[in-house]
Amino acid sequence: MSDPVINPPLNPVYTGDTTHRQDSTGEIHDHGHHEHHKDNFITKYIFSQDHKMIAKQFLITGMFWALVGGMLSVIFRVQLGFPNQAFPILETIFGKWAPGGIISPDFYYMLITMHGTILVFFVLTAGLSGTFANLLIPLQIGARDMASPFLNMLSYWFFFMASVVMLASFFLPQGASDVGWTAYPPLSAVHEASPGSGAGMDFWLIGMALFIFSSLLGGLNYITTVLNLRTKGMSMSKMPLTIWALLITAVLGLLSFPVLLGAAILLIFDRTIGTSFYLDNIFINGHALPNDGGNAILYQHLFWFLGHPEVYIVILPAFGLVSEVLATNARKPIFGYRAMILSLLAIAIIAFVVWAHHMFVTGLNPFVASVFVFLTLLVAVPSAIKVFNWIATVWQGNIKFAPAMLFAIGFVSMFISGGLTGIFLGNSALDIELHDTYFVVAHFHIVMGISAFFGMFAGVYHWFPKMYGRLMNNTLGYIHFWVTMVGAYMIFWPMHYMGLAGVPRRYYSFDAFQSFNMFGGLNEFITMAAMLVFFAQLLFLINFFYSIFYGRKLTNENPWQSNTLEWTTPIKTGHGNWPGDLPTVYRWPYDYSKNGDEYIPQTTPLREGETGGH
Amino acid sequence: MTTSVLVILAIVMFALVIFQLAKTTEFVAILRGEDKTRLESDRINSRLMVVFLVAGMAALFWSVAYFKKHMILESASVHGEWIDSMFNVTLLFTGVAFVLTQIALFYFAWRYKHTKDRKALYYPENNKLEMWWTIIPAMVLTTLVVIGLYRWFQITGPEPKDSNVVEITGKQFSWMLRYPGKDGKLGENRFEYITEGNGVGIDFNDPRSRDDFMPSEMHLVVNRPVLLRIKARDVIHDVGIPHFRVKMDAVPGITTRFWFIPTITTEEMRKKTGNPDFTYEIACDQLCGTGHFGMKGTIVVESQEEYDKWTSTQKSFYESGIQGTAEEKKFAEISMQLKNAEAAKANTTHE
Ligand code: HEM
Ligand SMILES: [Cu+2]
Ligand SMILES: [Cu+2]
Repeated sequence: MSDPVINPPLNPVYTGDTTHRQDSTGEIHDHGHHEHHKDNFITKYIFSQDHKMIAKQFLITGMFWALVGGMLSVIFRVQLGFPNQAFPILETIFGKWAPGGIISPDFYYMLITMHGTILVFFVLTAGLSGTFANLLIPLQIGARDMASPFLNMLSYWFFFMASVVMLASFFLPQGASDVGWTAYPPLSAVHEASPGSGAGMDFWLIGMALFIFSSLLGGLNYITTVLNLRTKGMSMSKMPLTIWALLITAVLGLLSFPVLLGAAILLIFDRTIGTSFYLDNIFINGHALPNDGGNAILYQHLFWFLGHPEVYIVILPAFGLVSEVLATNARKPIFGYRAMILSLLAIAIIAFVVWAHHMFVTGLNPFVASVFVFLTLLVAVPSAIKVFNWIATVWQGNIKFAPAMLFAIGFVSMFISGGLTGIFLGNSALDIELHDTYFVVAHFHIVMGISAFFGMFAGVYHWFPKMYGRLMNNTLGYIHFWVTMVGAYMIFWPMHYMGLAGVPRRYYSFDAFQSFNMFGGLNEFITMAAMLVFFAQLLFLINFFYSIFYGRKLTNENPWQSNTLEWTTPIKTGHGNWPGDLPTVYRWPYDYSKNGDEYIPQTTPLREGETGGH
Repeated sequence: MTTSVLVILAIVMFALVIFQLAKTTEFVAILRGEDKTRLESDRINSRLMVVFLVAGMAALFWSVAYFKKHMILESASVHGEWIDSMFNVTLLFTGVAFVLTQIALFYFAWRYKHTKDRKALYYPENNKLEMWWTIIPAMVLTTLVVIGLYRWFQITGPEPKDSNVVEITGKQFSWMLRYPGKDGKLGENRFEYITEGNGVGIDFNDPRSRDDFMPSEMHLVVNRPVLLRIKARDVIHDVGIPHFRVKMDAVPGITTRFWFIPTITTEEMRKKTGNPDFTYEIACDQLCGTGHFGMKGTIVVESQEEYDKWTSTQKSFYESGIQGTAEEKKFAEISMQLKNAEAAKANTTHE
């Protein structure tokens, strides 16, 4: 590890409650946005420009969405587990959407569409990246705040507006979008193709456009901050893996989200001003549409050009959080730091050239498909390296089972289970059998949904003390983990079996098919497990909100005895993070159990004869 | 209604009880000393890791055995067998990787739990080891890619010369089938000709189309290759036939294809499965609207003689559904309009 130290252009000195920044020449500059001492309720909690507060805003909004998205899935699981059984309470709550206490197909498709959209974008992208990029980037690289606190604030408020629009769409007379989270045209382009293809789809598109702005503003800021505001000594090769992961995630987002925006804009044109980007030869409801010469598959190329990197945008931050939590709690350096960074980079690069593996059976040219098979299976190699390195990190450790650690271990287990099924799906010939069956549902819920949630939980349990200066209740954390771990496997593992039998995803009912109707008992079991897991999340929520106000107070600023910089800030971390000078970094973040010291913070100068890396 | 409310109340109460208990453990921990409590919870959680591993693996093998009869779908086509054998090879490799890594993970978690006098090993890297666990997966994956692509090109390659042809068109929410009549050739069809009566827009000016028939059920000859010409007329659908390992999108404006060779007749399959009502089913595998889940078609696989008998009873679509009806007039009108439009176009390009 001998990269040159990149000096930050600004080397701010924090001088108590003044509003000054100092550049490397020692001159003092006024920076209006550092007037933290004049904080009132609105600037502190609502239009805050403090990255820590923005992180909490993202987290709590994300938790709200997770609750909504999870609730939606429990409702549609009721239909799958107990088809044709009336639950009068459903009619009481949802009225015309559940006539006679049975969920209607229109409602079902609305639920699954919004469930997917909410969880992929609003929870696992905004909630996850938004929270931890904001919280950790300045704290772990030793910066006072983000490069542009103002853009950062805007990023949250765009997300908030996107949330309002999405939420509002539920209350439209025809309901929210019901065309699937992937929103393939013509279904999503032609108003009369589906009830949710009308106003619901308009709201969906506007919501997504706002969301994309939010994520671009955030991403730009994260990248600039990491590149420019690292404190003295914090070379790229001394950054914690969390920062590497968040940086690469932001780059992925910046390069791929604009393509989704493009796809969405073309779709808006097709819907509103009669263009035919995606439409050709459509005869619907007894009449032909005038649109001519478009190509429905074009949308899928554009969508998945984002969509595949998107799944890595979801999982890379979790990789980073888990690496950090594993090393800290195993009291061991992360194994193969350099390989971990290289594999992150490799995954990110390959992520851009595998998108068509979602399109093997669209009539794609078989030769083109074969190139995507090769590239897709290639991505399994860096993924495998990461798994082996995590396992090697645990080996010969001295493992403390904090709740965060449990979730980190659970993450590795889930990622293995879900990653391996990707190898089946990536092989186009096998994908003929498996595409659009429950096998795919099992794959991506385990590898993305559950894994990313576990990464997020690990992050929340681990950094809760930093965020709120209090501790969460461990026992509840343990119960939360074990119920979720067992329950999540019970929900998603058996879905592989259904997929192998050919059971298609996105079916409201299997009654019409004798090929698919033999899994009634299993579906009931899965629904019960889903309710159990949802219940366990309520325990988490209670624990979280209770602990914010009444959790045990932190007595030590470094509760996990960790090496990274965020734990050198005071328990009550003010705007600006460090009361005095910014810390100077001398070593990499993973000096655990080295030469008899259980941990050596990054700010500890090297001893004689010691090298800065490892 | 009241029961639902009671159930919800009970759940909330239950959550509160758990919460109270958990809070109590915190106070007990303070009384007993944090370190002692920490050690104990490390011990409990590390044991649960092993319990989870063992119970999980047991549940896995048990559930596979239990669901085997449902999950293994007899493949009834030639390429279906190839796919099944590929599946098994992939399962072998990934299965070994799965078992080894999960065991390592949970075993280590238990084995290296925190104790008073354990010291973690400072072991930041080992290049040789990392090289091996790059090379081995790379080799396994190369093998899988080679097998996979070899089969993929066979499956997607050109259909055999003697294939039957069937056209299948998806619409919300059913399938329309068209067979070439006695001449063995499908007539042209054209989007502009689509009406309620002429669902797939057959061009009746094309003499080859006059004997085409449109049955409600698909019939296939056993051991005879068949090419599906796949179309859609409103949104994207997908022709999925699980027993044949067939899946191909139906996209408006584009004709896709899939050919295969059915190997087991419906009769044989009824005997094999012991289900006297067994039927091959076509499912729509691409979300196409709120009626997606009911978009079913059925298939009969039979011997050549039975098939010939069936085709001889089928009436041509033109003769039975169009000839002499208002539909025919409508068709003539559209056809005239198209001709005029084309003539006008030809004129403008001449000048
Ligand atoms: C080991 C590497 C992986 C491979 C080879 C792989 C391969 C695939 C393939 C081929 C599909 C398409 C299946 C189909 O629709 O027929 C797929 C679907 C999917 N994968 Fe993966 N995958 C891998 C890892 C991941 C990871 C790490 C994530 C997310 C964190 C992920 C998320 C998804 C999602 C969300 C879908 C389904 C999207 C949808 O159709 O709704 N995969 N994967
Ligand atoms: Cu993908
Ligand atoms: Cu469909």
